[in-house]
Amino acid sequence: MNVRAALAAPLPALSLLAVELGAVVASLIGFAIFLAFEGASPGRVFVDMVDGAFGSWFSVQNSLSRAAPLMLTALCTAVPARLGMIIIGNEAALLMGGLGAATCSMVLPPTAAPWLALTLMLSAGALAGACWIAISGLLRQQRGVHETISSLLLFYIGLSLFLHCVEGPLRDPASLNKPGTPPLPEAHMLSGIGGSDVHYGIVFGLIACAICYVLLEHTSFGFSVRVTGGNLKAARLMGLPVTQLCLLVCALGGAAAGVAGAIEVAAIHGSANRALYAGLGFSGVLVAFVARQHPLAIIPVAVLLGGIQASGGVLQRRHGLPDAAVEVFKGILFISVLAAETYVLPAMTWAERKRQALATPTPPPAAEELLLPAAPEPGDIVEGVP
Amino acid sequence: MFENIQLRRGIQTLTSRLYGGHIASSVACLCLIAACGAKTEAPAEPSAAATGDALKVGFIYVGPRDDFGYNQAHHEGAMQLAKLPGVTIVEEERVPEAMEVQKTMESMVKLENAKVLFPTSFGYFDPHIVKVAGKLPEVTFFHCGGLYDSSKHPGNVGSYFGYIDEAEYINGIVAAHASKSKKLGFIAAKPIPQVLRNINAFTLGARSVNPEITTTVVFTGDWSLPVKEADAANGLIDQGIDVLTSHVDSPKVVVQTAEKRGVYSVGYHTSQASLAPKGYLTGAEWNWGKVYTEYVETLRAGKKWDHLVRGGIKDGFVTNSPYGAAVSAEGKAAADAAKEKLMNDQLVIFQGELKDNTGKVIIPAGGKMPQREPALESMNYLVEGVIGSTGVGS
Repeated sequence: MNVRAALAAPLPALSLLAVELGAVVASLIGFAIFLAFEGASPGRVFVDMVDGAFGSWFSVQNSLSRAAPLMLTALCTAVPARLGMIIIGNEAALLMGGLGAATCSMVLPPTAAPWLALTLMLSAGALAGACWIAISGLLRQQRGVHETISSLLLFYIGLSLFLHCVEGPLRDPASLNKPGTPPLPEAHMLSGIGGSDVHYGIVFGLIACAICYVLLEHTSFGFSVRVTGGNLKAARLMGLPVTQLCLLVCALGGAAAGVAGAIEVAAIHGSANRALYAGLGFSGVLVAFVARQHPLAIIPVAVLLGGIQASGGVLQRRHGLPDAAVEVFKGILFISVLAAETYVLPAMTWAERKRQALATPTPPPAAEELLLPAAPEPGDIVEGVP
Repeated sequence: MFENIQLRRGIQTLTSRLYGGHIASSVACLCLIAACGAKTEAPAEPSAAATGDALKVGFIYVGPRDDFGYNQAHHEGAMQLAKLPGVTIVEEERVPEAMEVQKTMESMVKLENAKVLFPTSFGYFDPHIVKVAGKLPEVTFFHCGGLYDSSKHPGNVGSYFGYIDEAEYINGIVAAHASKSKKLGFIAAKPIPQVLRNINAFTLGARSVNPEITTTVVFTGDWSLPVKEADAANGLIDQGIDVLTSHVDSPKVVVQTAEKRGVYSVGYHTSQASLAPKGYLTGAEWNWGKVYTEYVETLRAGKKWDHLVRGGIKDGFVTNSPYGAAVSAEGKAAADAAKEKLMNDQLVIFQGELKDNTGKVIIPAGGKMPQREPALESMNYLVEGVIGSTGVGS
């Protein structure tokens, strides 16, 4: 029995489900204790939270509208993560996307066909976001700067650049006390789906998650990305274009967040201004981590987070709890889920492996395994091996 | 090397299985939560609209309601309104000026049955209030900022604002009497008309006492940047400035820093006197309670209300904090005299000859710009005596 077979030992799907649900239940208990300390009745709070998140068609629309941008911004972390990069500057990519879309709209004539204007605006947003995150990839490949640090620092630069542009050179002179770019023509705004409040952003979110899933899991590009993420040296040895792959995944993730910014401008704000910086990018990082960087898992996690945020208002309005209450719940939930995956799942996998190993007696080592070359000693030059 | 790859592949196989489980479990979580909601079917807060004449009023704040600043001023107004019989208040704080505020407004109406909304942040108006008010014609929206335009905006929207520059002018007089170095400091968020008007009125008030006085202004670039505000306060104090004031969402940090460094402070939005018992001189405060109470009383009486409401010291919209211990009798007398003139319409703050700080004449000698003058709403200059620049876009 080799390493691979042992590691691939399947855990029954039901027990995986039980672990995840257990984490959610544990966080609900933790939050209930917090609520009791705050003098609120946990039972009533939970009923009201469900009501506020999914209790009526209005609430469902509320949750879905909040989930839409999170799907896109989460991809900005999730896609590069498959190559082993941890990007957290999603907010800047979103701002750049908004700036790109607004700039594009300023150049376009107001009479341009709506489909053409929207296509160009979203493309400009995607391009701007892609370029911004690609800087982190480039810095990592060319200068060895860690992408987490560079993407975070680039966020501060991006925010300053964004504010400088929309409140300076690109400012609409008519926007006096709320400085911003000129408003988009009404015809160029992105509308709600079939008369509902949920705008087309959610369609873009779903499509982007699906595309990233197929790209990463079912193409040779995705395989190369995962190999590089798994073992950088091996990827180099196999002749994979690591730098190009790195830039591509960064650009892909940045493009998703850029589209989110462009949609915020085209569907909500109607111009690029300070209000675009509302934390959607940073929430995306959370979504990506809870979804374990899997593009399809992002969808339900984003909807769950959208629901929690929608229910936050109910906590304030009906129970007089501070805004921080919902942040506390989010914190407890995420820590429970991550802790369950970090500690409980490996323990269960180990126990499962042990059980299987006991059930089937270990055969003598196969000849193939005995012939494996020894691991390189420290100091060996590995990079130069043809 | 190969071992390593095999190991990695093994882990990948394992993790992809875990992902599958994860998706399934996330979906299951959602179903579980939804099912809980379906089963319980508790009536959503039966209090709404059940008590006949009761009126539910919603308040929305962009920051925390206890910020010693903009949001607290509105919250205090809401608390005053809550004293009216038959009025209940629902509040939501820290609501961004984005899709969130649209959803909060709709939730207050659809889930809590509110009939009147006060979304208080300036940035809530366009496009958010305009859009939601169009969708909910039976609800009345009152917005702080004075932006209403009957040709563009729905009829169920009103907008109010106060001439807070009058209280800033009084602040300037008090500051001028307290300052020994004759150098005042002003920490401001952005060089937008409302902020520039306050800086200018403060400076004009101070220079009405002593034309040698200067105000050094620092723009932090945003409404709530406590670290930058503290840095700016320390920097200004290091330059010999001995009275500090501000126009940011929460003057808390500026007032606290001034107190710690032993210089005087002048407040804004609401009273920060409790933060600086020694050095707090006075402050420009909003009196939203009066505005809100009047609006709601008019509305309940079924009378017509004005779409645009504005007022200054005379109308009770704005006021100054009670003088602190450090204010001299002379300073009090000068400030009270100016207040008296404002009450009797004898004082126009912006009048000729007025130059900006580059020497350009803004108002020629003899000219006057009373408070309702539209040109004041698009102010883009700093008056003579202010050290600083409005930067790009001016």
